[in-house]
This record gives sequence, C-alpha cells and structure tokens, in this order.
Amino acid sequence: MYMRALIKAALTLIAVGALAFTATAGTLEDVKSRGELRCVVSTGIAGFAYPDEGGTWKGFDIDFCRATAAAVLGDASKIKAVTSTGKTRFTKLNSGEGDVLWRNTTITFSRDVGVKLTFVGVNYYDGQGFMVNKSLGVNSAKELDGASVCIQTGTTTELNLADFFRANNMSYEAVTIEKNSEARAAYLSGRCDIYTTDASGLAATRSTFPNPGNHKILPEIISKEPLGPATRQGDDQWADIIRWVYNATVTAEEKGVTSSNVDSMKNSNDPEILRLLGVEGSQGEELGLSKDWAYQIIKQLGNYGEIFERNIGPNTPIGLARGLNDLWTRGGLQYSPPFR
Amino acid sequence: MPGTHPDMPPPVKTTGPVAWVRQNLFSSPLNTVLTLLSIWFLWSIIPPFLDWAFVNSIWTAGNRQECWDQMASPALGACWAFIENRFSLFTYGFYPGHLHWRVNVSFILLVFALIPLLYEKLPYRKYGLIYSAVFPFITGWLLVGGYGLESVDTDKFGGIMLTLILGVTGISFSLPIGIMLALGRQSNMPVLRILCVLFIEFIRGVPLITLLFVASTMLNYFLPPGTVFDLLTRVLIIVTLFASAYMAEVIRGGLQAITKGQHEAGDSLGLTYWQANRLIILPQALKISIPGIVNTFIGLYKDTTLVLIIGMLDLLGLGDASLADAQWAGLANEIYIFVALFFFLTCFGMSRYSIYLEKKLHTGH
Amino acid sequence: MDSPSVSTQKPSLLLRLWRNQEHRSIAIQIITMVILFSLLGMIGNNVATNLEKAGKEFSFGFLNYPAGYDITFQPFISYSPTDTHTRAAIVGILNTLLVAVSGVIIATILGFTMGILRLSSNWLVNRIVYVFLEFTRNVPVLLHILFVYGIFLYTLPVPKKAISISDTVFLTNRGFYTPAPVFEDGFNYVLTSILIAILIVFFFKRWAYKVQDTTGKIYPVFTISITILIGLPLLTFFFSGAPLSWEMPALKGFNFKGGTSIKPEYIALTFALAYYTACFIAEIVRGGILAISKGQSEAAHGLGLRPNRTLQLIVIPQALRVIIPPLCSQYLNLTKNSSLAIAIGYMDVVATIGGITLMQTGKEMETMIIVLLTYLFFSLVISAFMNWFNRKMALVER
Repeated sequence: MYMRALIKAALTLIAVGALAFTATAGTLEDVKSRGELRCVVSTGIAGFAYPDEGGTWKGFDIDFCRATAAAVLGDASKIKAVTSTGKTRFTKLNSGEGDVLWRNTTITFSRDVGVKLTFVGVNYYDGQGFMVNKSLGVNSAKELDGASVCIQTGTTTELNLADFFRANNMSYEAVTIEKNSEARAAYLSGRCDIYTTDASGLAATRSTFPNPGNHKILPEIISKEPLGPATRQGDDQWADIIRWVYNATVTAEEKGVTSSNVDSMKNSNDPEILRLLGVEGSQGEELGLSKDWAYQIIKQLGNYGEIFERNIGPNTPIGLARGLNDLWTRGGLQYSPPFR
Repeated sequence: MPGTHPDMPPPVKTTGPVAWVRQNLFSSPLNTVLTLLSIWFLWSIIPPFLDWAFVNSIWTAGNRQECWDQMASPALGACWAFIENRFSLFTYGFYPGHLHWRVNVSFILLVFALIPLLYEKLPYRKYGLIYSAVFPFITGWLLVGGYGLESVDTDKFGGIMLTLILGVTGISFSLPIGIMLALGRQSNMPVLRILCVLFIEFIRGVPLITLLFVASTMLNYFLPPGTVFDLLTRVLIIVTLFASAYMAEVIRGGLQAITKGQHEAGDSLGLTYWQANRLIILPQALKISIPGIVNTFIGLYKDTTLVLIIGMLDLLGLGDASLADAQWAGLANEIYIFVALFFFLTCFGMSRYSIYLEKKLHTGH
Repeated sequence: MDSPSVSTQKPSLLLRLWRNQEHRSIAIQIITMVILFSLLGMIGNNVATNLEKAGKEFSFGFLNYPAGYDITFQPFISYSPTDTHTRAAIVGILNTLLVAVSGVIIATILGFTMGILRLSSNWLVNRIVYVFLEFTRNVPVLLHILFVYGIFLYTLPVPKKAISISDTVFLTNRGFYTPAPVFEDGFNYVLTSILIAILIVFFFKRWAYKVQDTTGKIYPVFTISITILIGLPLLTFFFSGAPLSWEMPALKGFNFKGGTSIKPEYIALTFALAYYTACFIAEIVRGGILAISKGQSEAAHGLGLRPNRTLQLIVIPQALRVIIPPLCSQYLNLTKNSSLAIAIGYMDVVATIGGITLMQTGKEMETMIIVLLTYLFFSLVISAFMNWFNRKMALVER
C-alpha cells in the first residue's frame, strides 16, 4: 500500500509538475481563447518566410498566416511563427504545436493520406526547374546526360529528379545538400552543372548571385508542385476556415477589391462583393467567425494579387511573374468557388 | 707572449634578435624547412583574407546590392553591413523591443554570477556563490516574465541570447545531475548502478542531433495524448541530460582518484554516506576534475548550435534564416565568420580559465 | 502493564526496516525498479494510444518499398533509386562507417604530429600550431565542415580545367579521379601471396621476440616485416605476368568517366572532422608525453638504450597509458559528429534513413530507432576495441 501510494505520488508529480495539459477541443476555440494564431512556417525561404532586421516575420506564406489571424482574431499581428525544418514540420502540426501549416508544402498523395494531413487549397502553383550556367550552352534539360546536379533536400525534389533522369534514360550525379545557402555556394563554385529546386526558389536564388545574367533557368518544368496550407485531419470547421481565407483573397482580386478601396466597395452593387465583405449574408457566422472576417483580411493584407506583388512579384528582388498563379480570368490557375 | 696570437673570432652571439632567430627558427635543417614552410603558409593565407575582410570590405549599406555596388566587382570584399543591420536581431532574437532591457539586465546579472565562480579570493565569496546558484532562476523569471512582469513566450528567444540560455542552463543543471549520476555509477546498489551505467552509455553513444530530434518530434508520442509542452523546455532538458552524462564521466574520474583511506576516514568519524560525500569526497574529487568540467562546458556550449536542425533559431540559426531575406541573401561567409568569432571569443575565454586552473592545481600538489 | 507504552515507544516496522542499511538499500532499489517500469509502461501505453490516434502503425514494412532517391557516394555496394529503403539505409550506414574509420586514422596521425610539433623548439612552428589548435577547438564543428567544403570547392578547378598529374590522376572540385584497377585471371595468386606474407610475418615476429628473450639478440623486425609484406606480393605479381590493368578516367561531357573517384563531400567531411578531432588529440598527446617524467628517459639512457629504443620501449608505452582513455572518447566524438554530414551533402545514415526516408514515409519512430541503434553499435564497438587495446597496453606496465 505504502509503496503504491509512493509511486502514485511520484507519477502524479511527474504528470502535473512537468506538463501542461491542453484541451483537444476544436482548433478555432483554442485559437480564439488563446488570442493568437500559431502557424508552422519555414526557418527561412526567400520571399516566402524570413525574419527582417527587426525580427518581424515576412513573406508570402507569412502574409497568408496573417490573413488567417485577421479573419479569426481580427488582428493580422496576432500570429506566432512556429519555425520548423522540413523534417519537423508535420510533427509540429500533428502534435498541436501549430494550428495550421503555411510552409511551402507540396501536396502529394502520401502526405495527404499517409502523413494524415488535410490540404485545403493551393496558394502557389510551383514546379521543379533547372538552372544552368549560360557558358555550358545547354538549352534543354534533355541535354543534361552525365551532369552533376545540386539539390536542396527536404522536399519532393530528389524523387522528381530521379524520376526525370530515369524516364529520359540519362545518368546524373546528385549532390543533396540540406540548406539553400550551401547548395547555392556549391552550384556557384562549379561543383554542379545544374541547380534544381522549385522554379520560385531558382528565381529567388539567382537574384542573389553576383552576376545573375550568367545563369539561365531551363524551360522544362519537370514536376507539379502545388504548394498549399494544411491542417490536422478531423477538424473540418478549421479546415473550412483556412480554405475560405485563401478563397476570399482570390475572390477579392477577381472582383477588384483591394486594401485601398475595400471601404468604398461596401457600397458596391455586386451582391457577391457584399456577401464577401459581410454586408449581406451570413458567411461569417456559418464559419464561426465575425461578420467582417473577409473585410479584415483585405483591409489588413490585401487581396491575392497584392500579397503576391508585395512579396515575390516582379518588383521585388525575387521577381516572379504571375504565370500559373494569375487569376483564371487571365489564363492562370487561381480560381475561387463562388461566395454564395 | 701576449699580443702575438691572432685575435680569435668573437663567439657566436647568444643574445639579441639575430641569435634568437637562429636559435628558435633555424637551429637545424629540419627546423629551417619547417620555418620556411610556415612563412609560405602564412603568406598565402593572411594577405588575401585581410584584403577581403578589411581592405575591400563595406561597413554601411542598406542591402546587398548597395553593398556590392560600392566594390570594384561584386563580392570582392566582405559586406559587414549585413551584420550591422542584423546585430540587434542576432543579440535579442525576437524578444519584444520595449523589453530588451530585461535581456540586458540578464547579461549583466550573468557577469556578476560568473565573478564569484571564477575568482576565488573575492571577499564574501560564499554569498556570491549562493547568488550564482540562484542566478538561473532569477534570470529565468526575468526573461520569461510572469509574477508581475509582462510574460514573453519562449519562442521569442533567439540569437546570442538563446545560445547563452542553452549554454548556461545546460552548464548549471548538468553539474548536480552529473554528480548524482557519477555517485550512482559508483553505488553498491546494483539496480541504481546498472541504471546509471545504461543512461550514461546510451547518451554518450548517440549524437546530440538525434536526441534533439527525439525531443522535438518523438517526445509527443511518449506523453499522454493532447499534452503539449514548451519546445525550449524540452530542448533544455535534453541538453542538460546530454551534458550530465559527460559530466558524470569526468566526475567519476575525479572520484576514482580519491583513495580508499578517505572513505574509511569518513566512516570512522561516523559520517553517513551523504555527509562523507559532501564534506570529504566530493570537494576533493571536484577539485581534481575542474579542468575536465570546464572542457565539457565548452563542448556543450559549442554543441548548442545544433538546435538549428530542429528549427530553433540560435545565433547560427538566425544567421541562416537571415540569408533567406532577398535583400541580403548570398552573404553566407560574413555570417559564418561572425558566428565563428563569437564562439571563439567566448570559448577561448573559458579554455584560458581552465588552463589557469590546471596550472594552479599543479602547483598545489 | 508496561508493554503498551513500550510498544508505542518502539518505532513502527517500516521505520525499523528503513533504518537498517541493508533493508533500506533493497527498498530503494525496489522502488526505483517499480517507478522505472511504471514509467516505461506508461510511455509504451502512450505511444500505442498516440500512434492509434494519429492513424499510424508501428511497423518496419516501409523498408521494403523502393526509396526513389539517389545517393551520390556508394563505394561499397551498388545502389539505384529503384532499390529499397533497406538498401539505402545500408549505404548510409556504410558511408558513416567509412567517414568514421578514415576520420579516426587521419585524426590520429594529425593529432600525434601536431602534439609533437607543439613541443617543437621551433618558435614559429610552435606558435602556428598553437594558434591553429586554439582557433579550431573553440569554434563549432559544423562551421569547420562548411568552411573546408567551401575552401575545397573554390580552390580546386572545375573538370574542364582539371589539374592533371601525368594524365592519370585528375584533381577537380567534383572529386579526385584516379585509375581503377581491373583484375585479370592471375590476380588470385597475388592475393594468396599477400595472405602467405602476413602469415610469415606473424610467425617471424613471434620467433624474433623469442630469440630476443632468450639470447638478447635483436632483429630489425619492423624493416624485415615490411620487406616481406611488400616484396612477396610484388614478386608474385610480376612472375604471374602482371595480371592487372588500369581503367583511366577521361573527361566526357560534363564529368570525368571511368576510373574511381573520391567525392569532395567525403574528403571535406573527413578532413574537417579529422583536423577538428586532431586538435583535441594533440593536446592529449602533449599532456601524455609531458606526464612521463624525464627520469624515465635518463634511466633508459643510463641502461645503454639507444634514443629510438628509449622512445619505443620506455616513453611511448607509458605515455599511451595516459593517452588511450581520452583518445577513445575523441574517437567516439568524431563518429558522432559525422552525423552533421547532410550539411554538405554527404549521404550518411542520418541523411538517408534518418532524413529523406523519414520525410517521405513519415515514420519518425522507426527510422530514428534504426539511426540510434546504428550509433550505439558503433560506439560500443569503438569502446570495446579501445578497452581491449588499453588492457593490452596495461600489461606493459610493471
């Protein structure tokens, strides 16, 4: 009896002393009661997530995280960046350290089904490309037989590369490096003939070269890399919120609602704009959010186009064209279901 | 017949710079070769580095392009403006700007906590040591907040501050745990002994990065469902346990050097196990192991850089994250040299101190 | 009437048991065991619940699926992306082993050299080694690895401008290319002769020591052994008609083809780990040599031993006794530090099974168990070997 009491006491101490239990209620309630949204983000991908000199997180993914905070909490600044590496990102989401994953994550079958995530949309359509030095005189990825390839690991990149070279019956030498800064250095030194990663990453990396003009990105895109946010499986309400946060930014761009004209748009004649901004309809309540959730997103962050231009657009050092990520009305793939 | 002998040549000079050079650099053919090789080595390394680091370097610029525009050709020299631009971030991490004073106070408190530890002749050293022992708790409160202070989440910690937190916590808590483990390993209770041996050998047998990875991902599986506890706490626990295992081995060396007579003397005085250890055995054993303990500290302190592998942003991690800012990306060398310099200065200080102690211990015997 | 008051004064049974040292020790041990096992049980239970909740199952089945990624450096067994995760893991483990073994050898040589140079009377050499040691020891090893890799990549030329040594060996920043041996039919004889040479040396050594013990006559064992070891296979090689040809490396397209190549990632990692560890070894060696009092060498001289015999028979055996235990932990450190390989793209066990495989399959638990067991096994082997060596050395003592 005595001993059992002792063990019980010890175990209770361990359990109570070291751990703080959190309720496993819905994510939305958790976020609201905490007053802060925790986004799993990268430790640094140019244009998508990085700290500025004041320690504020910036980037395309971060802005979407802020948009989520604006919708749920009404304040885009109430975010916490849970930094993660490629290896730890899914665990951080699944263990509850983060509420949502906004981190350059390619949607694949195995991640959706095997790693047990719910992907709710594609906020950036990417594809794996190749960059070579112009002096090699290579014009197509099909001419790369026997080349050395620098790869930044942590993504689906190595698998795509192996598939591409196998499909074209070519041999290659892979140099798989963990971080972009080292992979970049290896490519620049001539260790590799080719640098391969997502096309957005290639453009971003090239912009940091001493002589960007000496390098070119080959026309072939060898893979589909739909990058999108993910939530834990089994919380449909929360997944809906993330999905419609993204949809709201796209719809706003489509309807011409921007952060500067959003107030005057409240008097618009277009019923869909009125529903989007919460003037009519009950979309907000149905999501479990305030009536003006989408208004807050657009007011504080802007629409999809504004977020794109600010972080990775042609006028930034990254300098990406809209391309596939243009609105469907302009020949791109960004398309939102109607607000109805 | 004085005066008829021819003058003898004067003896080879044994003092002065020429003689010094001859004796110390060119005393034998092998030495001459070694000297010439050394001079060639220094000549081929130092001037290019100085050119890059100082002659062609730029200290003020708004971004990388501005920096490179000021040079004859891009990347010809170092762009230290990057470090200057990020200095506050590298020091305080993401700690809120209006609360930086709390970090500054902690730095100052750290210095005061070190003085009684390092300087033996300090007056009232006993009280100083008590302060050093409670210092981690005071600083913990100061940095995390609560109880009257605005609280700050631990994921706002970063940069030099996080590096020091990891180092100091690991160092201050691993010593007592290490002592317990070392005593446990010497214990005559087989269960305790085996447990301690298993623990020490397991920790020493695997790399820190795998343990950190276990802490950051697998620990969630070990805890009751729905439990979340702070990543920094988890990492601090792992770092402390890691250092304790090494510490235990160093202290065990010290314990083994204590002769059996000392134990027997304790027994004959009627002291209990703990009294004997506290009053007789440990003071002697610890004194012998101090150089080893300091070296373990240095090793642990350098190893804290590995937390970047699980996404924590210490000095090196923040440097890496900063390289993702398109305004500055591509200046990895500057970052790495800065980080290397920081670690060198702090570790060199510690190792000098350990050498000083070693010398002092030698004369004591 | 007294008995009740006596029994109240008498401490309870538990207290009495507690005060008895032997019983107390048993009680403590039992309590520890119970706490330990309940903790383990709790953890096991939690793992099961959590895995079930996450919809994952604990199984090593994924090891039989194709890995799908490529590994650059596979010197021991062949591997292609269509092979299984198991094979990828084995390649990774072998790569870790390769770095560990070659790193340990180079670190030992460098460490002993630097330790002796630190005692050199040449002021400049002494100072350079000192500055190098202090700088290296006080900077994290990860930075050294990145540094060496950077130096390697930027100082050596690209393949088109390769440094060629009489057109057989090529040095580039993509690796060192050397001719690869192609064994022909008669090469078995050479292999057999190597075996025979080793046997001869073994028995010769035993015989020579016996002679020395009984008569005091000393044979130059080392020189004779080396001559036999090299000479016999060489003679066989030429008598059997030189059954060996070389496949030359040549620049074709982007890279050199043919021959064997050593990759820069391997060289940089091994070298960085080796010199980093060597700096610690140097201090150990210096300490060990300084620990042997001068009287020992003087006594040996007094007995008429020549200087090199003094070093061989008196100083080194004694210094080794001081050196070996800390040397062992440096070897362990080197092995463990090799886990940073992925930073520069060397595919070791952490990069393969504990990296890309983990990220693809999401099996943290299973892959990490494999990685941890690998390192534990290496550590145990190194410890066991060094303990054996230490015991062997200790026999020399008194």
